[in-house]
Amino acid sequence: MTASDLTRLTAVEAVAEIERGDVAPSELFEAYRAAALDEDLNAYLWVAEGPPAQSPPDGAPLAGVPLAVKDLFCTEGVPSQAASKILEGYRPPYTASVVARLAAAGAPLLGKTNQDEFAMGSSNENSAFGPVLNPWDRTRVPGGSSGGSAAAVAAGSAPWALGTDTGGSIRQPAALCGIVGLKPTYGTVSRYGMIAFASSLDQAGPLTRDVSDAALLLRHMVGRDARDSTSVGFPGAVGTPTAERLDGIRLGVPEELVGEGSGVEPGVLAAFNATLELAEELGASVETCRLPHAPHALSAYYVIAPAEASSNLARFDGVRYGLRVEDGGLVGMYTKTRSRGFGAEVKRRIMLGTYSLSSGYYDAYYGRAQRVRTKISADFRAAFENFDFVVTPTSPSVAFELGSKTDDPLAMYLNDFCTVPMSLAGIPAISIPNGLSEGLPTGFQMAGPAFSENRILDAAFALEQAIGFDHSGARSAA
Amino acid sequence: MSPEIEYEPVIGLEIHVQLSTRTKMFCGCELSFGEPPNTRTCPVCLGLPGTLPRANARAIHFGLMIGLALGCDLAPRSIFHRKNYFYPDLPKGYQISQYDEPLCKGGRLGDVRIHRVHLEEDAAKLIHAGSSGRIHGSDSSVVDFNRGGTPLAEIVTEPDVRSAAQAREWLTLLRTTLRSLGVSDVNMEEGSLRCDANISIRPVGQVALGTKTELKNMNSFRYLERGVNAEIARQEALLRAGEEVVQETLHFDPATERITSLRSKEEAHDYRYFPEPDLVPVATSEAMLAAARDAMPELPAARETRLEALGVSAANARQLAWRTELGDYFEAALAGDGAEAQPLANWVCNELVARVGEDDPATSKVQPAALAKLVALVSEKAVTVNNAKVVLDRLVADGGDPAQIVAAEGLGAMGGGDDALDPIVEAALAANTDAAEKIRSGNMKAIGAIIGHVMRETKGRADGAEVTRIVREKLGV
Repeated sequence: MTASDLTRLTAVEAVAEIERGDVAPSELFEAYRAAALDEDLNAYLWVAEGPPAQSPPDGAPLAGVPLAVKDLFCTEGVPSQAASKILEGYRPPYTASVVARLAAAGAPLLGKTNQDEFAMGSSNENSAFGPVLNPWDRTRVPGGSSGGSAAAVAAGSAPWALGTDTGGSIRQPAALCGIVGLKPTYGTVSRYGMIAFASSLDQAGPLTRDVSDAALLLRHMVGRDARDSTSVGFPGAVGTPTAERLDGIRLGVPEELVGEGSGVEPGVLAAFNATLELAEELGASVETCRLPHAPHALSAYYVIAPAEASSNLARFDGVRYGLRVEDGGLVGMYTKTRSRGFGAEVKRRIMLGTYSLSSGYYDAYYGRAQRVRTKISADFRAAFENFDFVVTPTSPSVAFELGSKTDDPLAMYLNDFCTVPMSLAGIPAISIPNGLSEGLPTGFQMAGPAFSENRILDAAFALEQAIGFDHSGARSAA
Repeated sequence: MSPEIEYEPVIGLEIHVQLSTRTKMFCGCELSFGEPPNTRTCPVCLGLPGTLPRANARAIHFGLMIGLALGCDLAPRSIFHRKNYFYPDLPKGYQISQYDEPLCKGGRLGDVRIHRVHLEEDAAKLIHAGSSGRIHGSDSSVVDFNRGGTPLAEIVTEPDVRSAAQAREWLTLLRTTLRSLGVSDVNMEEGSLRCDANISIRPVGQVALGTKTELKNMNSFRYLERGVNAEIARQEALLRAGEEVVQETLHFDPATERITSLRSKEEAHDYRYFPEPDLVPVATSEAMLAAARDAMPELPAARETRLEALGVSAANARQLAWRTELGDYFEAALAGDGAEAQPLANWVCNELVARVGEDDPATSKVQPAALAKLVALVSEKAVTVNNAKVVLDRLVADGGDPAQIVAAEGLGAMGGGDDALDPIVEAALAANTDAAEKIRSGNMKAIGAIIGHVMRETKGRADGAEVTRIVREKLGV
C-alpha cells in the first residue's frame, strides 16, 4: 500500500490491516507522521519524531493506529500549551489519564493539534499560534475549539483525534469539517490531565472519520479514574455499532432550537430535513418536541463557563511555570504576565466570569444560571420520556469565512446555540456529516439520555450508511 | 465617651488545626515534617495544569470526630468551595475550602458555643528575603510547597469569650480535646494549631456588638493572651479618646508585642466563592458516622465529670482531665491498691506537678504505684505529710519503694498509740513554761511552740494532731 492509501483507511480498517499483518504499525505511523508534517492547515502544533520505541503489544486493541491529541491534553515531556502564549513551550511532567489509557490500548501519540486558546472559541481563530484552515475551503474556519483535531482527521493527516467539548467544541468543528464527533456523557471520560476550561462541562471525546471509529476509540476512553472524582464508570462496554434500520426509534425535533427564528441557515435546514426523511424511511418516527428552557441555554452557559474559567485560569500567574513577565513587584508581575499571556477572548471570559462570581452579583448571575441549567436538564428528562433522541442541526451554519465573526463575539457565540443545551445537561450527543450546503459539510446532531452512547452510535451508524456522505471534498482541495 | 464607662470584650476565635493524616488533603503526597523544601510535592499540590483534587477520606473522618467531640450537627451532605485569590503560596489561585455547607455546624465545648467546623487545604510556605519580612518590599521570595495542601480543620466559635484569660483557658481545653482525639499534634509553636481572634468591645450592658478587628499570628498560648489583651486595650483607648474602631485585620508581633494593620491591596479580597466543580459533594454515610463514633476516646469534659464522681475535687478533676498525661498517671496510680481518689489527685496535681513541671510524670522515676503507696502511708498516718514530701523527693531523684525509704531513713510517724511521744511532749512543756501557761488559760495559739519543739526533737516524725491531743490531756484543756 502507498502512504496515500494507508492514510485513506479508517481506523477500524487500519486495525484490521495490522492484525492481518498486511501493514506494520510503524509503516502506518510514518505515513501519518509525513502527512502531519506536510499539512498546511496549521492543524498541528507538534508532531512526534517517530513511532514509539516499542511497538504495541500483540493483541493491543488499537494495534498501533496513531492518535492526534488536542493541545490541551497534558502529555509528558511534550508541549501542552492549550494553544496559549502563557503556556508556550510548557512540557508537563505527566500524561493525561485518557491519553495514557489510549496509548496503553495501542494508540500512540502522533501529534498535538491546534485549538482555540484554552478551548474558548468556535472558529479556532483564538489560537495564539494562528488559525486552523478548513480543508474543504481554506478561506474558511474549521470550527472550534477542537478545530485542529477536526481538520487533521478530515484532511487525512490523522486517522482519528481526541478533542474536548465544553459547549460544542467537538461537535461543531466535526460538523464544519464533515466528520464524526461525539461528546460523551459528562464523567464517563476522565478529565485528569485536561487543561481545564469549565470543569463542570468539559468532556473529552473522539473526532473520527466515521461512526465505527468513534465507537472504537470511545470504547478505550471511558471508565472511572481514581484521579478524577467526578468520573464515573461506564455501564457495560461501548459496543460496535451494526444497526441498519431505525424501526421504532422516536426522534424529537426541538421547536425551540430548530423552529422559526432559530437562525438555522436554509441550506443547513434543508440537509437536516432530508436526513429526517431518511430516518423515517429507515423506520424512525419524527415529531416536534419541547425544550422550553433551551433558548436560555446560551445565556446560562456564558455565565457558568466563564465563571469556572476565571477560577481555573488563575493558576497561570507566572510564579511556577509558563510565561513570566517581570515588573519589579508581585502585582506588576501578575498583571503583565497575564496581560501578555492571554488572548483577547480569554481575557473577555475571565472578566465576565470574575464579574458574575463577585460579591453581590453571584445570585443574580451564577446562581440563576445554575437554576436555568437544572431546568434544562429537566426539559431533556421530560423529552426522553417520549423520544429516544433529540435531533438538531449541529451548527446553524456551514463553515464561515475566516475573520467574518471575530469582531462580533455574540455572533460567534450563536454557533453553539444547538450544542450548548446538551452540555449543560451533561448528556451524550454525536454529530455526523449529513450533506453539503454551498459545497460545505453540514452536521446532524443526535442527543440521548446519560449513558445512551451505545444506542446513539447504533442509530448514527444506520443513518451514516443511508446518508453515504462523500468525504472526498476535504481531500481534493488539499 | 466618658471615662467612667466600663467596657466588656466580646471575642470569637477561629482555630486552624493541621490534621495528622498520612497524606495531604487533595493528593497522595505525604505530610512534611521538616523535609528539604519542595520534596513533598506532586502535580496536584503544585497546581499544575490539568490536575484534579480528590478528597482525603481520613481527613473527613477526623473532621467528623472533631464534630462529635464538639457536639456539632454533622451535615449529611457538605460541599467544597473555591476561595479565589492570587498569592504565590496558593498555586491554583484558589484555596479549596468549605463555605455555606460545612461538614459540621453548631456545637459547644465548655462555656463556648461552636459556630462551625470545616475542612480545607493549607497554603504553601513563603520565605521572604530582605528586611521587611513581608512580600511587599522584600528583595525576593521563595516558595516551599511541602506544606501546601496539608489538611486543615477550621473551627469557628461564637463570640462567647469575654477575656483574654478565658480565651487562653478555652483554647487549652480545645487543644486537650483534639489531642485526645489523636487528630492533630496541636502544637501552636510549630503551627499545627493556629488561633485568630475576632475582637470587639462594648459598654457593659449593651447588647449590640462593637466593630470587630481580626487579630492574627498569635503563635503561643502566652502570645494569644497578650495579643488579645493588647488589642482590647487599643480599642478601649480609641473609644475613650472619642475615636472609632476600624474593621480590619491586624498582625500581632510577638517580639515587640505590637499590633500593626495588615491593610494593603493584597488584603482587599472578594473571594468569589463558588462550589468546587472538580469534587463531588461529601455524603456522610451511616458507615462513616459509625466509624467516627467508634474511634472516639473519652473526652476531657466527660473525664472531668467522671473524676468528680470518684470524689476528686472540681479543680483537681479539671486539671487531670485537661492535662491528659496527668489524668492518665492519676488513673494508673488509682488502679493500684491503697490510695483514695481525692488525696491521690491532690498529690498528683500539687506535689508531683511541682516536682516534674510540664513533663509527663509517666516519664519520671516515680512509679504510679509508688505514689499511690506513699499517699496510702500518709492516710494511714504511717508517715507525716511533711516527711512524705521528703520521700517524694527521693522517689523523683532515685525511684524506689516509699515504704522502704521510710524504714531506711527512719521517717515513720510517731503517735497514734505510740507511747514514745509522751515523754517528748512532757519535755517540751517543761521547756516552754510560758506557752504551757497560755494554753492552760485558753490561748490555743501558743501550742505552736510546743509542736515545733516536738517536731525538732522527732525530726518531723511526730503527728501534729497526736501531739495536740497529748498536750490537751496533760494540761486538762
